[in-house]
Amino acid sequence: MAPPAPVTAAAAGPSRARPSRALSTFLYRRGTLTLLLLLAPPLLWFGVVYVGSLLALLAESFHTFDDFTMAVTPDLTLANYRALLEPANADVVLRTLGMATSVTLASAVLAFPVAYYMARYATGWKKGFFYIAVMLPMWASYIVKVYAWTVILSKGGVLYWLLGKLGLTGALEWALSLPVVGGTSLSTSSLGRFLVFTYVWLPFMILPIQAAIERVPENLLQASADLGARPGQTFRRVLLPLALPGVVAGSIFTFSLTLGDFIIPQLVGPSGLFIGTMVYTLQGSIGNVPMAAAFTVVPVAIIALYLAAARRLGAFDAL
Amino acid sequence: MSAAVEFQGVSRHYGSVRAVDAVDLEIRDGEFFSMLGPSGSGKTTCLRLVAGFDLPTSGRILLHGVEASRLPPYERDVNTVFQDYALFPHMSVLENVSYGLMVKGVDRATRRREAEAALDMVALGGFGDRRPGQLSGGQRQRVALARALVNRPRVLLLDEPLGALDLKLREQMQVELKSLQRRLGITFVYVTHDQGEALSMSDRVAVFHQGRVEQVDTPRELYARPRTVFVAGFVGTANVLEGELARRLSGTDRPFSVRPEHVRFAPPAGADHAAIDGRLVDVQFHGAASRYEVEVEGGQLLHLSLPSLDGAERGLPRVGDAVRIGWPRGAMIALEPSA
Repeated sequence: MAPPAPVTAAAAGPSRARPSRALSTFLYRRGTLTLLLLLAPPLLWFGVVYVGSLLALLAESFHTFDDFTMAVTPDLTLANYRALLEPANADVVLRTLGMATSVTLASAVLAFPVAYYMARYATGWKKGFFYIAVMLPMWASYIVKVYAWTVILSKGGVLYWLLGKLGLTGALEWALSLPVVGGTSLSTSSLGRFLVFTYVWLPFMILPIQAAIERVPENLLQASADLGARPGQTFRRVLLPLALPGVVAGSIFTFSLTLGDFIIPQLVGPSGLFIGTMVYTLQGSIGNVPMAAAFTVVPVAIIALYLAAARRLGAFDAL
Repeated sequence: MSAAVEFQGVSRHYGSVRAVDAVDLEIRDGEFFSMLGPSGSGKTTCLRLVAGFDLPTSGRILLHGVEASRLPPYERDVNTVFQDYALFPHMSVLENVSYGLMVKGVDRATRRREAEAALDMVALGGFGDRRPGQLSGGQRQRVALARALVNRPRVLLLDEPLGALDLKLREQMQVELKSLQRRLGITFVYVTHDQGEALSMSDRVAVFHQGRVEQVDTPRELYARPRTVFVAGFVGTANVLEGELARRLSGTDRPFSVRPEHVRFAPPAGADHAAIDGRLVDVQFHGAASRYEVEVEGGQLLHLSLPSLDGAERGLPRVGDAVRIGWPRGAMIALEPSA
């Protein structure tokens, strides 16, 4: 048997030593340089556009707005933050915060079973169906969906009709008669606004929780049962703590999206400003950009506090 | 005395796949019982049926004489040591070990004391504050063991618990597990694909093959008197001869096996020895013994095992030589064919 011809390899070697190959070798040997080259564009974009604009926002919130001339001067002041504490403004913050908290809690409670089913039981086409079903609403225009909800929630709308058919009109009337959440109709009540917010942001809660549950090994749940834990105990002691990073990630989405939204509060629910609508009004029609900036810093600060608390409670221990 | 675990005609089918097929077993109270077989033979499924992670398609499983086929895992007095340990990553070692006591509502002081005692038992005292992620594989293995034993189960199930450890640690853990079992007197049901492990640790071994139990016996019996072709080949090394060749050498239609240590070069002539001609094709040095492979008619390879003492290779044939090999007729074990 003839020895395998090393001739071909030797011949192919030098003929392929083109500049592109030399470049590949060069980059392969210098991993740090390659990494820098790859990361430079996104880092620049991120640094300038994201962090830069945030810093500009923070700086703007310390600038002075002159009520008489309606002009902004770069004189540093804490007046905007002091103004936040005025009852009218604090009201806006608390109203928004209350809504964001309720929406986040409701989303988490609704999302967990769906996410659990998607992660643990759904396979093949069922899994695909659930992914599409969860994400499909996100493909449609957000404004259109909110307008659709104003129709659904209006008197004589489909929801009123359905509740009437179910004989629940009384319960609805009762809910609408409650202070804070109630109103003259669903579409002008905080309850209605809450429903729309929860509908719109739910997918942002389902997907991170689903990803988190999927990462929990099945045998941890089996080990828990094996050690004598009933399903409720396994959920509380093992599944929930391990899925908590997903819940926190999802709640950051629902929380901050609600905190910053300025369209749903305008279209659904009672009058009374939200942080988003306040910012919209301040910087648009009034031109008080420093005060708008101060309002915008509030959600950033709240999220930062929330993350710190979540960390302290051990939400990221399982990461 | 009723059996610790009893299988009565237990089957577990997944669609058309018979993972476990009509298994009858009786595991005695306090014994070290191994389920041995290649992967996919049904041994792990059987363990999961005992633990309650899976339910039998048909048949009954009894734990200490009480029907338990349909009980959920948390209502069975058995605990499991998982193959990859399954420690809770978000809890400390101590919290892991005291988990079983906590969910049963044992008070904090008692469960701390018991958990620390269990950690001491596996030589991990003082490791309670660590996280599972900070431990080595061998240490995690011990934590998993302590976490199961702290509940004082009457039956401990071990699913290839040493599979992920390196050889030295595995041998050390085998000795420790065996002595622990003897000390505690708990029934151990040990699943493994490693026949050496099963033979060295167990009181009795069940050999699984394609969802069925081929033989249940003590390690010595299993090695000396395998009942089927599969058991002979799987437990230890064996020369299994079937068909025409077997008929000529044994004079019967049944297949038989001969252990390599009974086969010799140039056997004495006579009626008490069986002999066959062949050609030496390979010699492998295995430390204490050397293994010789001889190709006989029909292309079958027969193995000889000879002690590799100094100078013992003198006078022995070399690779390529024509040889005559044989064995005492008493060393031939008649077998039943396997599925």
